[in-house]
Amino acid sequence: MTQALNQTLLARATAKLGPQVSLVLGLLVLAILVAMPLLHLLPAEHTLHISAYSLTLVGKILCYAIVALALDLVWGYAGLLSLGHGLFFALGGYAMGMYLMRQSAGDGLPAFMSFLAWTELPWYWYGTSSFLWAMCLVVLAPGLLALVFGFFAFRSRIKGVYFSIMTQALTFAGMLLFYRNETGFGGNNGFTGFTRILGFDITATGTRAALFLATLVVLLGSLYLGFVLARSKFGRVLTALRDAENRLMFCGYDPRGYKLFIWVLSAVLCGLAGALYVPQVGIINPGEMSPTNSIEAAVWVALGGRGTLLGPLLGAGIVNGMKSWFTVAFPEYWLFALGALFILVTLFLPKGVVGLLRKEPTP
Amino acid sequence: MKTTPLAPTLLPAHLIPGAALDTGKTVGKGVNVRHGTLLTLEDINVSFDGFQALTDLTLYIGVGELRCIIGPNGAGKTTLMDVITGKTRPDSGTAYFGEQYDLTTMSEVQIAQAGIGRKFQKPTVFEALSVFENLELAQKANKSVWASLRARLSGEQKERIDEVLQTIRLEASRHRPAGLLSHGQKQFLEIGMLLMQEPHLLLLDEPVAGMTDAETEFTAELFKSLARQHALMVVEHDMGFVGSIADHVSVLHQGRVLAEGSLEQVQNDERVIEVYLGR
Repeated sequence: MTQALNQTLLARATAKLGPQVSLVLGLLVLAILVAMPLLHLLPAEHTLHISAYSLTLVGKILCYAIVALALDLVWGYAGLLSLGHGLFFALGGYAMGMYLMRQSAGDGLPAFMSFLAWTELPWYWYGTSSFLWAMCLVVLAPGLLALVFGFFAFRSRIKGVYFSIMTQALTFAGMLLFYRNETGFGGNNGFTGFTRILGFDITATGTRAALFLATLVVLLGSLYLGFVLARSKFGRVLTALRDAENRLMFCGYDPRGYKLFIWVLSAVLCGLAGALYVPQVGIINPGEMSPTNSIEAAVWVALGGRGTLLGPLLGAGIVNGMKSWFTVAFPEYWLFALGALFILVTLFLPKGVVGLLRKEPTP
Repeated sequence: MKTTPLAPTLLPAHLIPGAALDTGKTVGKGVNVRHGTLLTLEDINVSFDGFQALTDLTLYIGVGELRCIIGPNGAGKTTLMDVITGKTRPDSGTAYFGEQYDLTTMSEVQIAQAGIGRKFQKPTVFEALSVFENLELAQKANKSVWASLRARLSGEQKERIDEVLQTIRLEASRHRPAGLLSHGQKQFLEIGMLLMQEPHLLLLDEPVAGMTDAETEFTAELFKSLARQHALMVVEHDMGFVGSIADHVSVLHQGRVLAEGSLEQVQNDERVIEVYLGR
C-alpha cells in the first residue's frame, strides 16, 4: 500500500521534474556545442584547447543527427520507412564536393578529369565554381530526385516494406552509377584533396570552427522546423496517415500531397547535412550511398525513439559516439556491439532511449 | 425475379423530408437534389475474377432518408459501399450523387469531399491522437497541404467540436488518446468524425457490432435524430436494431435487391423468408 503510494508520488515528482531536467540538460549540451568551436580557436598548448580531430568528429555526428531527424520526420511521423536516405545525403555532399573540387582546381579541370584525359567539363559541372549555384544544387539534386521518386511511388500507393525495398534499391543504383568513372564524379575515389572554401583555407582553425557552427545552426533550424510541423495540423495529419490511411482518405484528405511534402523536405535536409559533412571530413565517395549507411541511419532513429524530435538526435549521438570509441578500442567488435545494442533496445525499450527518459506516470 | 425498387417519388412524403423542403434547390454546398434523390444507383454490375458481386443493382436514396440494408453474408453489402465511395469501380451502370456528381469517375477523396462519409465495419480512428484531435482532423475544412500547414482552430470550429463531443457523449475523454477508448466509444468517435465532415450521406457498416444494449439503444436514438439533416444508409445484421430505426429496408441477395419496403413488409415477403429469414 505505502509502496504503491510512494511509487505514485515518485512518478508525480519525476513527471514534474522531467521537462525541467531535460531543459537544463538540453541547454547544457547546447552550451558545450557552442563552446567547442570557440575552444578550438585557443592556442594548442592551452589546457582547454579542443583538437581538430575532436571537433571534426562532433561536427560529423551533428551532420548525422540532421539525417536522423530528417529520417524521423518521414518514418516516425508519416510511417514511411526509407532505407535510402544515404543517397540524398551523398547527393548534397557531391554537390558541395563539386564546388570544392573547382576551388582547388583553379581555372583547370579537377584532377581526376585530367587523369581520364577529358578536355572539357561535362555539362552538369557548369556553374559549379559559383558557391551560390552549388548551394542551389545541394537543395535541388536531392529535392528533385525525391520529388520524382515520391510522385510515382505515392501515386502507385506503394507503402510499407515495398516502399522500404524500393528506397534501398534506389540508393544501391545510385552507388553503382557513381562508382563508374564515366559518370564524371571521380569514380570510386570520389572527391578529395579540397583546399579552399569561399577563399578560406579549409583546414584553418577558423574555417573549421565556422563550419561546425554552421552545422549547429542547420541542426537547430531543422529541429525548430520539425517542432513547428509536429505541432501543426499538418503534423497531426501525418500521424493519422501513419495509423489509418484509409480513414484519412474517407475524411477527405489526399495522402499523396502530404507524403510528398514531408518526403521532399526530408530529402533536402539530408542534402544540407551532406553538404556540411563533406568540407569537414574532407572526402566524399560512393561508399556514402551504400545501403548499410542508410540502414544505420534507421538504427539511430529506432534507438533514440521514433516519432519524437529529440530521440533521433540522441540516437545518432549515442551510436556514433560509441562507434568512434569502439573502432579505436576494439575495432573488430563494433558490428557485434551495434547488433547487440539494437536487439537490447528493440526488446526492452520499444520507445527508444527517449521512452526511458520520459517514462509517463502510470494512471 | 427482378424487383422494381421504389422510386423515391413514390415514397410517402414524410420519408423524404428533404424532398419537400429542397425541391429545386441544392443541399448545402453544391449537391443538386432537384428530384429529391440524393443517391442514384442504376443497373450496377461488379464482378471480381468472374464472381458476380453485384448484378443489375438499382437503388435510390432520398434526401434525409434513413435506409437499412440487410442481407446474408456475401450478398454484396460491402461491395455496394465500396462502389458508392469509389473504392471499387463498377463494370457497368450509373452511380450519381445528387444530380451532378458521377461517382464512377471520382476518386475516393473527391467523393468524401463531395459529402459522402463512411464508417468502417471495424472501428477505425486515429489511435495516437486525442479524441479532440480526431474530430479536428475530420472537420469540414480546406484539406490541402498548405491549408493544414497554416490551420488554426477558430472559436466557431471549437464550438462545433464541443457540440459533437456532447452528442457522442465523449466530453470527459476529450484529451485521451483514441487508442485507449473502449470498443463502443471508438464506434461513437467514428460516428462523431463523420458528423464533423458534415456529409449529406452517411454510410454505416454494422455500427452497433460489439456495442452493449444501452449503447445500441443510444445509437438508435442518435441515428433517428440525424436522419433529418443527413441521409443514412445502414448495413446491419441486428434485426432488433433495424426494426427500431428504419423506415425503409432493402434486402440484398446475391448482388441484387431482392425486396424493398418497411421492415414488416420485407419480413412477410415470401422470397425474403426463403433466402434470408428462414422458415
